[in-house]
Amino acid sequence: MPIYVKDWDLVVPGEVLAEGDYVAGPYVYKEGNKLLATTIGIVESKRGVIRVVPLQGPYIPKVGDVVIGIVIDYLPTAYVLDINSSYKAILQATEVLPFQKNALAEDLSKYLDVGDVVICKIVRFDKYSDVVVSCKGRELGKVVDGRLIKVSPAKIPRLIGRKGSMINLIKKETGCKIVIGQNGFIWIKGKDPGSEVLAEKVIRKIAEEAHVSGLTQRVQLMLQLEKGVDV
Amino acid sequence: MIRPDGRRLDGRRPDEIRELKIKIGILENADGSAYVEQGNTKIYAAVYGPREVHPRHLALPNRAIIRCRYHMTPFAVEERKSPAPTRREIELSKVIREALTPAIIVEHFPFSAIDVFIEVINADGSTRCASIIAASVALASAGIPMRDLVAACSVGKINGVLVLDVTDIEDKYGEVDMPFAMMPNKNEITLLQLDGVLSLEEIEKAISMATKACKEIYEKQKSALKEKYIELRKAVEESAKT
Repeated sequence: MPIYVKDWDLVVPGEVLAEGDYVAGPYVYKEGNKLLATTIGIVESKRGVIRVVPLQGPYIPKVGDVVIGIVIDYLPTAYVLDINSSYKAILQATEVLPFQKNALAEDLSKYLDVGDVVICKIVRFDKYSDVVVSCKGRELGKVVDGRLIKVSPAKIPRLIGRKGSMINLIKKETGCKIVIGQNGFIWIKGKDPGSEVLAEKVIRKIAEEAHVSGLTQRVQLMLQLEKGVDV
Repeated sequence: MIRPDGRRLDGRRPDEIRELKIKIGILENADGSAYVEQGNTKIYAAVYGPREVHPRHLALPNRAIIRCRYHMTPFAVEERKSPAPTRREIELSKVIREALTPAIIVEHFPFSAIDVFIEVINADGSTRCASIIAASVALASAGIPMRDLVAACSVGKINGVLVLDVTDIEDKYGEVDMPFAMMPNKNEITLLQLDGVLSLEEIEKAISMATKACKEIYEKQKSALKEKYIELRKAVEESAKT
């Protein structure tokens, strides 16, 4: 059972990764005895499981994901959010309205207007309904300050790092509050505009160089240089 | 049409394809894009999606729909072509869509649409094959899950000789034009048309010639897709050293 690729190799759709008794991970499919990649990405193999980490691609909603949405419309008792996906998200108005208010009798635009940014969590996503999100919980809800940036959703796992190592490093070094939406939107709020700009710069660098190994060291170096510390 | 030394009007051997140039990511606002230059045939392809389907009734509950538009610019041919879609363009849009659909994993995106726009900037034969090359690279660069890339090449017959990758003149004054597209790794044919008459042996030979050419084209598609990332990787490693 030969394996034709090694870790960190760049592959394109249809490339044969291995033959034989391997398990197909995400973005890999098995046809007969062969394992083929389905997207442009980087190979990762561990204990007989071969997966491809995509470099580009759309956001596919998943229950439990924290996403950042932008209000685009109202329904009689709900808001419609754009979550940078091919599906719209529904946010029930009762989650936003004060206790015991009737959504039908209220003017919903008083609480959330078109264009408002909301950090929320996906609570339901199936074949039969739109994405349903909730904005009740810690760090969730409408945001009024800071800055919002957009990167390709495929880069989000690299930006978070293993167990949040990368994002914690940026948070620590810049002193910014950062919320990452799995859909590619990132909200940054710092004490001063300078640290927000720095955080944005670092995030853009990570998004661009996500497929080159040794990323953490480069980010550390960059942060130190930017802060004017001699290395 | 075939020179005494067995070469064609542009100096190619019968089983030789024109020089092929592929670039990705040239259109900033598209999710994926590609530019293909095959001899004098020049084509842009842009991919958007998966995105919401409008009008909504077209959406399918079990898979994404693919929409494809093949369009020739008025200046692409010798005599100005009206910019309105012609019968030919509508048909080509359909055959290109059907050549690409088996490669795309449409089941991953129910209720969605994937839009492919193909613009022919200059036409010099084999535009549908070049369009398929461009569109499949653009789809892959958009990160849309695919079973395989689609490579395409045409086979012609001029003065009784089977030739690969026909140009405009060879198409007009030759006897046969046979566009052909396939998924090279899966060995599946996704497009096969025939304009003219070929004997059974000739068809078999034509298909084996086209298969060989498609494998060659596939390698170019692959390296075009990887090029951008490999260059960036090199640049980063260079700057890390200094």
